Amino acid sequence: MKTSHYALLGLAGFYLLVMVTSTLGIMNDYVLRVLNLILINIILGVSLNLINGYTGLFSIGHAGFMIVGGYVAGFMTTLLFGITRDTPYLQALPLFLVAILVAALVSAFVGFLIGLPALRLSDDYLAIVTIGFGEIIRVVFNFITFKKKVGDWELDIGGPRGLLGIPPLSNFTIIFLFTLFTILFIRNFVFSRHGRACMAIRENEVAAHMMGINITRYKVLAFVLGSTFAGIGGALLAHFIQLLHPTMGGFTKSVEYLIIVYLGGMGSISGTIVAAAVLTALSEFLRPIGELRMVLYGALLVFLMLKRPAGLMGQREFPFLLPERERKSYAVQNR
Amino acid sequence: MLFKIANLTHFFGGLKAVDDFNIEIGPRQIIGLIGPNGAGKTTVFNLITGFYKPTGGKIFFDDKDITGLPPHIITSRGIVRTFQNIRLFNTMSVLENVTIARHYRMKYGIAAAVARLPSFRREEHVVEEKAMEYLSLFHLDAKAYLPAGSLPYGEQRRLEIARALATEPRLLLLDEPAAGMNNAEALDLMHLIKKIAEEFRLSIFLIEHQMPVVMGIAEQIHVLDFGKTLAVGPPQEIKNNPQVIQAYLGEGALQ
Repeated sequence: MKTSHYALLGLAGFYLLVMVTSTLGIMNDYVLRVLNLILINIILGVSLNLINGYTGLFSIGHAGFMIVGGYVAGFMTTLLFGITRDTPYLQALPLFLVAILVAALVSAFVGFLIGLPALRLSDDYLAIVTIGFGEIIRVVFNFITFKKKVGDWELDIGGPRGLLGIPPLSNFTIIFLFTLFTILFIRNFVFSRHGRACMAIRENEVAAHMMGINITRYKVLAFVLGSTFAGIGGALLAHFIQLLHPTMGGFTKSVEYLIIVYLGGMGSISGTIVAAAVLTALSEFLRPIGELRMVLYGALLVFLMLKRPAGLMGQREFPFLLPERERKSYAVQNR
Repeated sequence: MLFKIANLTHFFGGLKAVDDFNIEIGPRQIIGLIGPNGAGKTTVFNLITGFYKPTGGKIFFDDKDITGLPPHIITSRGIVRTFQNIRLFNTMSVLENVTIARHYRMKYGIAAAVARLPSFRREEHVVEEKAMEYLSLFHLDAKAYLPAGSLPYGEQRRLEIARALATEPRLLLLDEPAAGMNNAEALDLMHLIKKIAEEFRLSIFLIEHQMPVVMGIAEQIHVLDFGKTLAVGPPQEIKNNPQVIQAYLGEGALQ
């Protein structure tokens, strides 16, 4: 049996295990909740890794794209489609999927608008522009309170109060499938001529340009793809925690995703998965010690960065995430 | 004429780095470019390959004007270069380094890559075989799966040339390919360069500091000094040109 078959079996097993234990009540809602948050953080981490880790850009506004996706999807399901928590799930699901798709497209478009001008300049500009973008988005959602009566609905995305009453449409199955999709998409992208082009830009931009790679095109492409998946992650998160707040798009949240990527390893999907799981679970386990949590969390990060500056995984991948050809490459396994 | 530069001039602020440079390179010619440090040799390469846009003058390839086109377009037209300081993709494998050179010749799109369609598998299979051919030409095939940055210096130089060749250029620009090598190694490399020039029917334009090396393979040599062309001619003539000797060794060297 091939490694990929084992991986498939493992995933199916994991899914069934979670479904059975949670329905039987062996796994309580709290643990399931943490698990879902981990999966959503994986989506955001892996997509940010494509931008910062594989292409070597420096985006500090990932949460901005996340919340754009969240607000778009939340607006559509809550206000446009009028879905409430009482709407039958099968009736709401197709509309939810449409909302996720639109959220992804809008985030991609915003990513393109931000990325194209910034990425034509040198890389430092992207960092500045994305910081600015995150803050602008936060402020914009803080101030938009267009209360308009349209027929029976009152269109109101809440302003500083946040968008409330979003129906809980993100269940474990949906989140699990989208996480798989994200990982598979980005993994297949990375191990192709397109991903090689991105990595070549990271390794040596001048040489990549000379080897016939349109570097601006690939930088924008990586940035837009990353933003797209951030939008999907945001849409899922909004319908999981059932509320959106402007601060979720701000700098602090973006740094959380940066930490996931850098702790896991720049240019390692496996690393991002591990780091998302460790950090999300850790911040929950440390809840009992209250305020001290952030102190310990910070100390741990400092310790890990001193001990493993390249992140937990460096640029390595779990074997089951590697395509067959790359698996025999020492360079890919040990970089 | 395969390649032609007419009245190329480039300023860095007030400094005239290249001053009215002219050259013609025919098919399968090997031309050398020499000159003291700071003479503007690498600037000429940067202008040809589109990293700088010239202040004045025109560059023609295949009778088409290629002045000011970006580097990746220049590559697709058939001109490629190596760098004075080696620029490999260090953490990527030796094989990947060469497959990147084939990137612009590959067709499959993002959807084909993500869905792993047959076109993806077919093209990836072909590119791997092709890259291996180039590697074995430079005796690097045994190291195909090692990170490029882990190779010793001489092999990194060879890999850079292999990678450049993999783009299938018609004009290859080599920027001090023998830098950091002793005389014997440099001569070996020159034999290799001569061999590949014949095998691939290439024109080569090379910058080289080590006189015996460039004298041995170039049909014609251009000498630059402070951006100006000091002399043009076959190696023997250049070797005995008093102006060239003066530029290299200073005033008084002739007395």
